Amino acid sequence: MDSVANIILYFVVALVIVVCSVLTVTSRKILRAATYLLFVLIGTAIFYFQLGFQFLGAVQIAVYAGGIMVLFVFSILLTRRPDEDTPLLDSHRRALGITVAGLGLVLLCLAIFFMPLINGLSLTDCINSGMTIDMHTIGQAFIGTNRFQYLLPFEAISVLLLACIIGGVTVARKR
Amino acid sequence: MDLTMLWYLVPSVVMFAAGVYGFCTRKNMIALLISLELVLNAADLNFVVFNRFLFPDSMEGMVFTLFAIAIAAAETAIAIAIIINIYREVGNTDINSVKQMKF
Amino acid sequence: MGLTLPILILAIPFTMFLILGLGGVKMSHKLAGILGILGNGTLAVIAYIVAFTYFFSGDPEFIVDGVRQQVQLFDVTWLAFTDRMVVNIGFLLDPICAMMLVVITTISFMVHLYSWGYMEGEKGFQRYYAFLALFTFSMLGLVVATNIFQMYIFWELVGVSSYLLIGFFYKLPSAVSASKKAFIVTRFADLFMLIGILLLSYYVSSTPADGVLGGASAFNFLMLNAQPIAVLQSTVGATFMGASVLTWAMVLIFVGGMGKSAMMPLHIWLPDAMEGPTPVSALIHAATMVVAGVYLVARFFPMFCIVPDSLTFICVVGAITAFYAAVVACAQIDIKRILAFSTISQIAFMMVALGCAYNEPVEGVHYSGLGYMAGMFHLFTHAMFKALLFLGAGCLIHAVHSNNYTEMGGLRKYMPICHWTFLIGCLAIAGIWPLSGFFSKDEMLAAMFSRHWFWGAWMTMVAGLTAFYMFRMYFLVFWWEENPKYKHEGHKPHDAPWQMSLPLIILAAVSCVAGFIPFGELVTFNGEPYHIHIEGSVAATSLTVAVLAIALATIMYAKKNPWPERVKNFWPSLWRAANRRFYWDEIYMFITHKFIFNIICKSIAWFDRHIIDGTMDGLAAVTQWTSVKIKGMQSGSAQSYVIWYFFGAVVLAAITWICIL
Repeated sequence: MDSVANIILYFVVALVIVVCSVLTVTSRKILRAATYLLFVLIGTAIFYFQLGFQFLGAVQIAVYAGGIMVLFVFSILLTRRPDEDTPLLDSHRRALGITVAGLGLVLLCLAIFFMPLINGLSLTDCINSGMTIDMHTIGQAFIGTNRFQYLLPFEAISVLLLACIIGGVTVARKR
Repeated sequence: MDLTMLWYLVPSVVMFAAGVYGFCTRKNMIALLISLELVLNAADLNFVVFNRFLFPDSMEGMVFTLFAIAIAAAETAIAIAIIINIYREVGNTDINSVKQMKF
Repeated sequence: MGLTLPILILAIPFTMFLILGLGGVKMSHKLAGILGILGNGTLAVIAYIVAFTYFFSGDPEFIVDGVRQQVQLFDVTWLAFTDRMVVNIGFLLDPICAMMLVVITTISFMVHLYSWGYMEGEKGFQRYYAFLALFTFSMLGLVVATNIFQMYIFWELVGVSSYLLIGFFYKLPSAVSASKKAFIVTRFADLFMLIGILLLSYYVSSTPADGVLGGASAFNFLMLNAQPIAVLQSTVGATFMGASVLTWAMVLIFVGGMGKSAMMPLHIWLPDAMEGPTPVSALIHAATMVVAGVYLVARFFPMFCIVPDSLTFICVVGAITAFYAAVVACAQIDIKRILAFSTISQIAFMMVALGCAYNEPVEGVHYSGLGYMAGMFHLFTHAMFKALLFLGAGCLIHAVHSNNYTEMGGLRKYMPICHWTFLIGCLAIAGIWPLSGFFSKDEMLAAMFSRHWFWGAWMTMVAGLTAFYMFRMYFLVFWWEENPKYKHEGHKPHDAPWQMSLPLIILAAVSCVAGFIPFGELVTFNGEPYHIHIEGSVAATSLTVAVLAIALATIMYAKKNPWPERVKNFWPSLWRAANRRFYWDEIYMFITHKFIFNIICKSIAWFDRHIIDGTMDGLAAVTQWTSVKIKGMQSGSAQSYVIWYFFGAVVLAAITWICIL
């Protein structure tokens, strides 16, 4: 049995996520779209906290809501005037988008409601019965090479980020 | 009332569908990128939810999401660098202005 | 005998070929010529030593109780495909091989020497000598072959070198087409020979191998000559279309020999092969290569004897060819063509002689192997005097720059050496005592009479024709009427330089005395000596016929007179037909062009062009059409890609889901 506070929090966040996702892709001002995205990301982060992954929530806020959003905002400001509106969609294109999105929605709903994976455990039970994920555990997982330890992907990601820095600089450099 | 995993999957599905819709309809490349982030985020959320409710004794979903976030950051950075470069060349960020790249 | 000399016999000409062929470009003509002549002289000396040792040393290795042995000096495995399919290379020494070694090296040496004068200053002089060396190598390899496979390999090599030498003047279209013709016709005949060999090998190797008689060893000539029936018994039993497989195989192998020896109807290449340099004609197309067919029959003789039908076949082919070629030779203008047809006729003579020989004693015949001995004897003497005649013809052509006797006449005053040696050659081929041709021809006729009077009478007639056409040519070239062109100082013909005259004199001398060689003591089919004695009646008949023919030729052609024209006009269509070689070339042309090219090849070409190419073109067209139709999908618009991708993902998900459920 989950606490009422948790349930209320869930509904608030879920509402924010749903509404803001839709607004993100329908808003005619791109800077606003970016802001709605920020809300969605923060909502997701709150979900992470609620699910008991505090570190992940922190990373989500720091990297996504912090880093990536700043990149978005900068690039938007660099490439167009902030008050410029995106032109209205033609009905043809909108219909196409709705069809595709609807198709995906239907497919995923079918998957959710008919897949045998779904179980009915409550969140509190899961958190209580599961392992506690503290920083110590996560740190251990990233510096070993045994089973369930991820030194190699970790290093690969670091190299990828380095390459990304160099690549970003090279591509965007003024010639 | 319990918060089962179904509850968490529904916002994720909406996020995903919204992302796909945005990707199909938007013209601005940065808006496309934003839609892409939505799709990615939905997937991340799914990973975490599955981890929590199906395999509470492990943390592989979370680790995977961590990596996904890192890769998404890298991808976004490069994509924005490319977009800015295209903007310098073509003068706008319309996806239809780079159709010549098919050759 | 050690191994050094036999190996040298094969190694020297091959080395000469490599040296002259690879390094010839860097050499002067003189150096190349001297190298070739020296190499070939050494070769001739070695061959003489080998032959002399074989015949006269009395070594028990070579002669046991007065019977000459077949000796395998060496025989090494060359290609071992399986343990029953092995190709060996070796050196088989026996009477005919030793005789051929002498003939080949002698004529080759004469031709090398002669060519030094004849080919002087020609472009490609070194190449010419290299090809001569290659030919000598192949021919020697052919005669010393220890087994059928080796023989076949060198048989083809001989064909290749003949092709190269006929086409030596490769800028002349006629020489090129002649070389192609020679190669294709002989190759066509060799196809039958190959089929024959394969037939034999199939039947022999399908019998269980009992020790030595298994696989390739069954094709060893030593084995085949010693016990042909034991080796080939499996082929005698099996029949095909009424004849035993062995008969078929032997006839097919003989067809290969027909191609090389220019027997009817595969003779058409030899007259054209005269487009090659004249010394080449002397070496290849008179003395050595064209007798390869005769040598083949002699080599396989014990096997032919098992199936007498094949010997009869040889007789018939030989008799028809001999007569046909003799008639055609009477109506030719080109002196080299006359000699070519005379060669065909004489080789056919040898074939008939071989076909008339028996393997074992026969009632009423005092010596059954006479035909074999006589055929080989004639091969030897014919090689000498025919090479002489060809080289003489080369001198004439050298002097007057034409092949036709109409450009000659009265040359005896200008070219005395050529005249006398040519006369000796003509007398020899006509069979006048005491020249060599008389003895060999007499033995051959005796053998034919002993088989059946018909063969003897028929071939005596051919011998008369031979005497007639040779002396017709002789008189028309050296007597008749002096060509008025010779009066002018610039056109005065003269005798050839010493390099060319010396071989003529040597060969003339050999032609004079070769008849007195006790050939029967040396070369017989079973190695036992036979003492030649002239059969009075046969000799008298043939001599009379020859003298009469010569007399007729003298009356008609010694001085300019209207008789030849009158004879010609008596039956002009016959003369024309003979002059055109009885239209054999036209028949071949008709068959190949009208029938093979038009009907078979055209339909095949149509099939290739429309069905096979059409299929390929259709595939290409469909691919292109499809790509034109679907290229719009590659719009360059990232969003449409995403939509397609998404649909694909949906389909995949649906499929996966269906599979899970």
